[in-house]
Amino acid sequence: MKHLIACLAIATLVAAAGCKKDATPEATATHAAATADSGGSLKGDFGPPQGKPIEAILTSPPHVPPPTGRDYPAKVIVELDVVEKEMEISEGVTYTFWTFGGTVPGSFIRVRQGDTVQFHLRNMPDSKMPHNIDLHGVTGPGGGAASSFTAPGHVTRFTFKALNAGLFVYHCATAPVGMHIANGMYGLILVEPPAGMPPVDKEYYVMQGDFYTSGKYREKGHQDFDMQKGIDENPTYVLFNGSEGALTGDKALTANTGENVRLYVGNGGPNLVSSFHVIGEIFDKVWFEGGTRFNENVQTTLIPAGGAAIMDFHLEVPGSYVLVDHSIFRAFNKGALAILKADGAERPDIYSGKEVDAMYIGDRAAPNLAAVSTAAKAQQSGDLTVEEQVEAGKALFAGTCSTCHQPSGEGMPGVFPPLAKSDYIAANPKRVPEVILHGMQGPVKVNGQDYNSIMPPMSQLTDDEVANISTYVLNTWGNPGGRVTKADAAEIRKVKPANASEGH
Amino acid sequence: MRRIAALLCLLPVAAVAIAAAGGAAWVKLPGGNFRSALKYEDARQVKLAPFELQKRPVTNAEFLEFVKSHPQWRRDKVASVLAEGRYLSHWAGPETLGGDVLPEQPVVQVSWFAASAYCEAQGGRLPTWSEWEYAAAADETRRDARMDPIWRERILGWYSKPSNQALPRAGLQTPNAWGVQDLHGLVWEWTDDFSSLLVSGDNRTQGDADKFKFCGAGALSMDDRENYAVLMRVAMLSSLDADDTTANLGFRCARDVK
Repeated sequence: MKHLIACLAIATLVAAAGCKKDATPEATATHAAATADSGGSLKGDFGPPQGKPIEAILTSPPHVPPPTGRDYPAKVIVELDVVEKEMEISEGVTYTFWTFGGTVPGSFIRVRQGDTVQFHLRNMPDSKMPHNIDLHGVTGPGGGAASSFTAPGHVTRFTFKALNAGLFVYHCATAPVGMHIANGMYGLILVEPPAGMPPVDKEYYVMQGDFYTSGKYREKGHQDFDMQKGIDENPTYVLFNGSEGALTGDKALTANTGENVRLYVGNGGPNLVSSFHVIGEIFDKVWFEGGTRFNENVQTTLIPAGGAAIMDFHLEVPGSYVLVDHSIFRAFNKGALAILKADGAERPDIYSGKEVDAMYIGDRAAPNLAAVSTAAKAQQSGDLTVEEQVEAGKALFAGTCSTCHQPSGEGMPGVFPPLAKSDYIAANPKRVPEVILHGMQGPVKVNGQDYNSIMPPMSQLTDDEVANISTYVLNTWGNPGGRVTKADAAEIRKVKPANASEGH
Repeated sequence: MRRIAALLCLLPVAAVAIAAAGGAAWVKLPGGNFRSALKYEDARQVKLAPFELQKRPVTNAEFLEFVKSHPQWRRDKVASVLAEGRYLSHWAGPETLGGDVLPEQPVVQVSWFAASAYCEAQGGRLPTWSEWEYAAAADETRRDARMDPIWRERILGWYSKPSNQALPRAGLQTPNAWGVQDLHGLVWEWTDDFSSLLVSGDNRTQGDADKFKFCGAGALSMDDRENYAVLMRVAMLSSLDADDTTANLGFRCARDVK
């Protein structure tokens, strides 16, 4: 113990003298940091910048700039553009984002503790708003905000010395701050400790944010910012990297088994605190709150609004790992979901099967959907049977429809019409997919009883899913049978009947 | 849609007619005691003398006329301390609007100095912030609609629209309860005393002792935190210097009632 402290003291003395030196052996530094106080900002000034000024490499999410690789303090020049632009927040839904560097979150900045950072903030000429930047890694009132207030078509400059190591959020602090942040004005700056971060195979940049649109979740078209929802802290979307699907499908994060992966995760807020979790993985290390110490073997780490965390994990088993805010409705109903795809050989000695992937790859909560993927495969290969459709539809029905229409299909008298032995369905089986896709409102008589309530359209379901659910309903509970194909569903989706409901 | 198209066809004629008459019509406002959304150190209310305000923002055609008769305000002749490099840079030439700039669009890329000079030439001045705020508190039917969330949402709606599209013509929107048009939803507008709107660049330090480093006795803080619509306009104005110009900042003139 005493030995280690002495070690650190020597390292710090050498650094404080501002001399070039061989980097402290990493193991010693890490170990020492874990047992002793790093000294904070008081020990973070390694003297005046040395060498030639360096232009910082900025990266768009989910990418992270390479390590600085330096063992001396430098002058680092950061040039960041403020861009107001319309982008997709969800499929078919656009929103005017205000961005640092044209992306949400903004460009990732990487410097080393002790660096002198000359910061240029450039507000594009066609911006409507003035903007500024508050970097949580800045020591000084406002974190740079008052020194960087920038009118459209202007550039401002200020300089700071990065005295504290850590992962820090930056954000716009122009009035009204909440709106500027809610429109996407945040990002991360990593101030590496003097010895750098321990090397890993892959590094990624993910940032959560909550969004407040005038329309409902997934309501198509251009959506305006809704101030009242913001004040009420009632977001329409909770997202990783600024749009639904920013990190899924083709855009999923990738890695190989056997690799160490590091995530730099921030939370821009403006309102929500994130319970950050990766389904199917355990964080080997979490530098909680983006600070100097790490915790080990963590399932879920809390990331406050305006805070960040670094997490490392080693990948053993191939498959899809789902990043979520474990305040779980946000994941499945507001979009807080991303995928990390791990390639490599199966490891049945560690994990036997892949059911978990099938369950969570989709973008909403659902029961065991093995039957659904079987049906989807059969649909693609062109030999989908009615039986397969019924099986898939049954699983989907349990997740989507049974809360109201009941697992038995009998509904609730006077409230939710029955689907079992329904004369309404028998009279026109096409009504099943039609009502699923377009909803229904107004009076209707089913099996002799009057109903007058609203069913919201379930247009979030794919044509496949609508076809399978419809086919299941038609072939169950004494209904007349028959089949609805994907093509039928696609046709019906296009035509809105007169009694369609307005949606959720 | 067809109705709007028809309207657009008619308007240039009307606009030209007004331009020929030497600028927009003037609307008289009675003034009186007004509760500002800004917090003043000395008084809860602002007292306003009766004044007149132009019905809509100054247009390219009107400003072109001014530049022709006051060549010291041509973009190639203006003193650089009075207008930055982008002054009228969207026009095709110093005395030519060009194909992309419509005569009836509000003039933008004008500095505060240029705007003030224009108003002086019309026998007026730029409105004070208080006058502007008072006139702009109205909607189509009420003289003070500021407590109505819908009023705020409409204004914020404009703030959230992308700013990279062509500006509509001035004078298209329905007049407000005072008979004034386009105070919201078209362009930002200079005010005479914009530089005393000392909303801090850092929104969170208002009320801080630091504010005394500024000598102005003007508006230092927001009294109406929820009124983001007003706050954002003040933030915009306070980010500017008097020689600055932006692509969506124009102006209109006011004058005293004699």
